[in-house]
Amino acid sequence: MNPTVARLTVRGLLGRRRGLLLLVVPALLLAVSALAAAAHGDEQSLTVKILGELDLGTLVPILGLVVGTGVIATEIDDGSIVYLLAKPLPRWRIVTTKLVVAIGTTWAFAAVPTLFAGLLLYGTRDGLALGYTVAVLVAGAAYSALFLLLGVVTRHAVVAGLGYALVWEALVGNYVDGARTLSIQQWGRAVAQSVAGESAIGSAVPLGTAVPLLLIVTVASTVLASVKLAGLTLTADE
Amino acid sequence: MATITIDTVSRWFGNVVAVNDVTMAIGPGITGLLGPNGAGKSTLIHMMSGFLAPSSGSVALDGTPIWRNQQVYRQIGLVPERESMYDHLTGWEFVLANAELHGLAHPGAAARRALDLVEMAEAKDRRTGTYSKGMKQRVKMASALVHDPSVLLLDEPFNGMDPRQRLHLMDLLRRFGADGRTVLFSSHILEEVEQLARHIEVVVAGRHAASGDFRRIRRLMTDRPHRYLVRSSDDRRLAAALIADGSTAGIEVDGRERALRVQAVNFQGFTTLLPRVAREAGIRLYTVSPADESLESVFSYLVSA
Repeated sequence: MNPTVARLTVRGLLGRRRGLLLLVVPALLLAVSALAAAAHGDEQSLTVKILGELDLGTLVPILGLVVGTGVIATEIDDGSIVYLLAKPLPRWRIVTTKLVVAIGTTWAFAAVPTLFAGLLLYGTRDGLALGYTVAVLVAGAAYSALFLLLGVVTRHAVVAGLGYALVWEALVGNYVDGARTLSIQQWGRAVAQSVAGESAIGSAVPLGTAVPLLLIVTVASTVLASVKLAGLTLTADE
Repeated sequence: MATITIDTVSRWFGNVVAVNDVTMAIGPGITGLLGPNGAGKSTLIHMMSGFLAPSSGSVALDGTPIWRNQQVYRQIGLVPERESMYDHLTGWEFVLANAELHGLAHPGAAARRALDLVEMAEAKDRRTGTYSKGMKQRVKMASALVHDPSVLLLDEPFNGMDPRQRLHLMDLLRRFGADGRTVLFSSHILEEVEQLARHIEVVVAGRHAASGDFRRIRRLMTDRPHRYLVRSSDDRRLAAALIADGSTAGIEVDGRERALRVQAVNFQGFTTLLPRVAREAGIRLYTVSPADESLESVFSYLVSA
């Protein structure tokens, strides 16, 4: 951790309009949950739908994308990353600091609201609220690391990230069983299922596969991002 | 005392060669990197500042390779060409952050000293996003100077500066050069470079075209044959009268342009000769315009020389 890098990153991320944009995610989740809680119906399946599909399946990857790329891709795009890199500072420290900021932000804007939404919808029954909260914690961390890496390796990080989250995980994963094995969302579900002990959650990947994969993606993304950042090339505008 | 050595360096992007087999050493004092836009100046500075790997050859600071070596930044201060610099921070916060990132023992004192040096102490509490181009340039300078580096690299530092800011920055750089620091700045404007640089390196189309003090470069540029386009009341008679004098090397009658293309050997001689000859022969001059005064043609002459 480098406190100066963290400070610059937080201000860049939460300052200006992006901070407000991030608030949309918890606001949307809580609003939908409040509406659903007021309605009558099969509460368990409604909770699984909202927390599993809307939250873990859609909002968390999008938030992870905005935050993961926001902590580094914007600086690389506008060139201000030069001021961080032209310093005798190990690159892995820059990356891990930015990752901590990204994970912290994702947790604050996604995991905390998930817990509230879960309690609102279904109380503490069946451990659903806690299960999904833990799932959002681990999936949020993995998304942050993966999208931070994308921000370092490609100028089109947002497009690539959307491609992964929406096309691969949501679309392909819906129709092709094998694709679900390589899906952060499914790994998160596996964690939620085992924490809640509730089969209603349903996951395509066993916990024994999900946890190592979550760890590998998070750690490998961070290592790779550090290596790539150390070799970051500036191209002339001329 | 620090020296950057560029040894047989080439850099290509795909099949475009940006820098072609360049060898030069940048030592203490002020060096100007002169060349037209797109000549490869920025590419060279990116390699000297560790933001680009040479495709072949080596770039080193006092014998240590610069690429993938973060420790060089203890000695190097970089003023990039791009303007973005955390617009939401104030000048003070920005320079202070740079001091902290360097791990300085007293970042506050270092930031204050650097801001004083560039005379930005007064505006330090404004957000950098509100600064003028010249002010941004000065704050960027402060951020590069905050750790008291022995090498200062500046990419087109005078771009967009008004004359007063230009003089101020020149003054500042002169002081650094006089301190025995290695200062390198790039520019496409000869006058800027010769006002400031003790030593000039000229790059054109990725190649190292010339090297020397400003007198040598200036001589290379003014001694070249000058070409003029001349229109008069009687082109052929004027051509005959001009070719009789030694200042003229060749004349072509351009029928389509209805003008003379004159190649002069001696710039000074020709400019006094032409009106005199015209007057004596009773010919009226309608147009006299230099045909190749653009910097690019001067540079291309240097390259072929």
